[in-house]
Amino acid sequence: MAKTKVLERKPLTFSEKTYIPQIASGLAATFVNMFKKPVTLEYPEVRPVIPENYRGIPTLVKDPKGRVKCVSCQLCEFVCPPKAIRIKPSEINEEEPDRAHIEKEPAAFDINMLRCIYCGLCQEVCPEEAIFLQDTFSLSGYTREEMVFGKDKLLKLGGTLPDNHYKWDKKKLAEENIENQH
Amino acid sequence: MSFLDYIIPVFYALAMVSVFMTLCAYSVLAERKVCSLIQRRVGPNRAKIPVVGHIPVIGKILTRLGIFHPAADGLKFLFKEEITPQHVRIGYYYLAPIIALAPALTTMVVLPFGRYIDVNGMVQPIALANIDVGILFILAVSSLGVYGIVLAGWASNSKYPFLGAIRSTAQMISYELAMGLSILPVFLWAASPGSDYGLSLFGVVQSQQGLWLIIWQPISALIFLVAIFAETNRLPFDMAESETDLVGGFHTEYGAFKFGLFFVAEYAHIIMGSALFVLLFLGGWHFLPGVADPWPDGLLGILCSISWFMLKIFLMIFFFIWMRWSMPRFRYDQVMHLGWKILLPLAVANFIFYIFLIAFIDNLNY
Repeated sequence: MAKTKVLERKPLTFSEKTYIPQIASGLAATFVNMFKKPVTLEYPEVRPVIPENYRGIPTLVKDPKGRVKCVSCQLCEFVCPPKAIRIKPSEINEEEPDRAHIEKEPAAFDINMLRCIYCGLCQEVCPEEAIFLQDTFSLSGYTREEMVFGKDKLLKLGGTLPDNHYKWDKKKLAEENIENQH
Repeated sequence: MSFLDYIIPVFYALAMVSVFMTLCAYSVLAERKVCSLIQRRVGPNRAKIPVVGHIPVIGKILTRLGIFHPAADGLKFLFKEEITPQHVRIGYYYLAPIIALAPALTTMVVLPFGRYIDVNGMVQPIALANIDVGILFILAVSSLGVYGIVLAGWASNSKYPFLGAIRSTAQMISYELAMGLSILPVFLWAASPGSDYGLSLFGVVQSQQGLWLIIWQPISALIFLVAIFAETNRLPFDMAESETDLVGGFHTEYGAFKFGLFFVAEYAHIIMGSALFVLLFLGGWHFLPGVADPWPDGLLGILCSISWFMLKIFLMIFFFIWMRWSMPRFRYDQVMHLGWKILLPLAVANFIFYIFLIAFIDNLNY
């Protein structure tokens, strides 16, 4: 059982009542501080080190073959707490035979960065690993419209994800195997 | 008196004002820089003047040191929009910053800041006016600075400045007493019977050729130092401003250049306070306690004595700043308690003690 301990409060000694030793020790403390390295960063020039799992702006990624990974399932749109994501699904162009008819892709994918709260739920919910939160933490713009990032901008910010899933290749291979068996 | 005799004092006065104002500006910079160092920040390091700031290495170092910031600060105050709140008493509102700054600049007239040896081989002070009641003049005029604060508080016609002004007045009266009483033993000590210096600051400095008065009279020095902190409204005695409970205190309603004047006045008071402390207790331009002045003769000696004096002032200004960023501020009633119940009795006791001591020493000699 925890024992309550009553601390004895001693009356101040004479030197403590003059405050002078206390002031001197305070001055010494600040004086020592003066010769230590600054703890601040000169921000715009020097950026802080961002940890790997940092949640910055959400962006779209492509797979190593340069294909948009998003299949516009709209799960991120539904899960997004501040409703920052707007997706318009569409069919994939026939010119991409390895993806067409298998999945859809977003015709428009807008994230309103002014609404986004960087919660990371979109990244968590995405079944295709297509949306990732990056390390960019400071955005600025002159208008509200400018801060709604479209698909192209999000893909550019996201870049390529070096994973080895090659989902469409596998799907195509499986389809071919089935056809061969018949 | 020829025409030149009228012109030269004006020239000297202008030179002194410009040096003094530059010092004020750079003590603001010192404040910002020392504060940032104590808080382990980098501090002002961005402002840059086109030509000088772009000299390869030196320009960069100067910029990093923030050397150009005072100019930027001053220009900012000058070109800011001049806002006059509608509820103020216009005439007094404009008068207050002037009244705050004028006494601080006036006191420097009697400030001896160096020494030279005249044709008769006598040591003479370098000052705009070497009057033999220097300390009385400084005490009388520098206390007028509080009228600027009171007037600002009243003319602002708003509660926080008013409270700030009231507090400032109370503090000024409380600490003026202790300050005056702490200086008396100094002049008792310095002006020995038959000396022709009287109350002149030069006399005090000359009496410290051997040991400095801070060694002879540490209690006087301590009381005087505390009182100077209170008189200059510096932390831990910033009753006039007290930004934690009175927004900005007496200058809440002031902006742009009028605020700038108050700001400069505060630093002018600090410099004057430091100079006074150096003159009275730290031996003025004398080298070190117990060491004879190594200054050479002629112009070089004059420059040496002036720079040594300035160095001491800079150290004192640094001390003021250092103290500000180390100490928490007092509550108003604590300030009054310290002033009336501790410093005043202590100053009286100290005064009486030195009366007896000096009388005793004088009797020993006869």
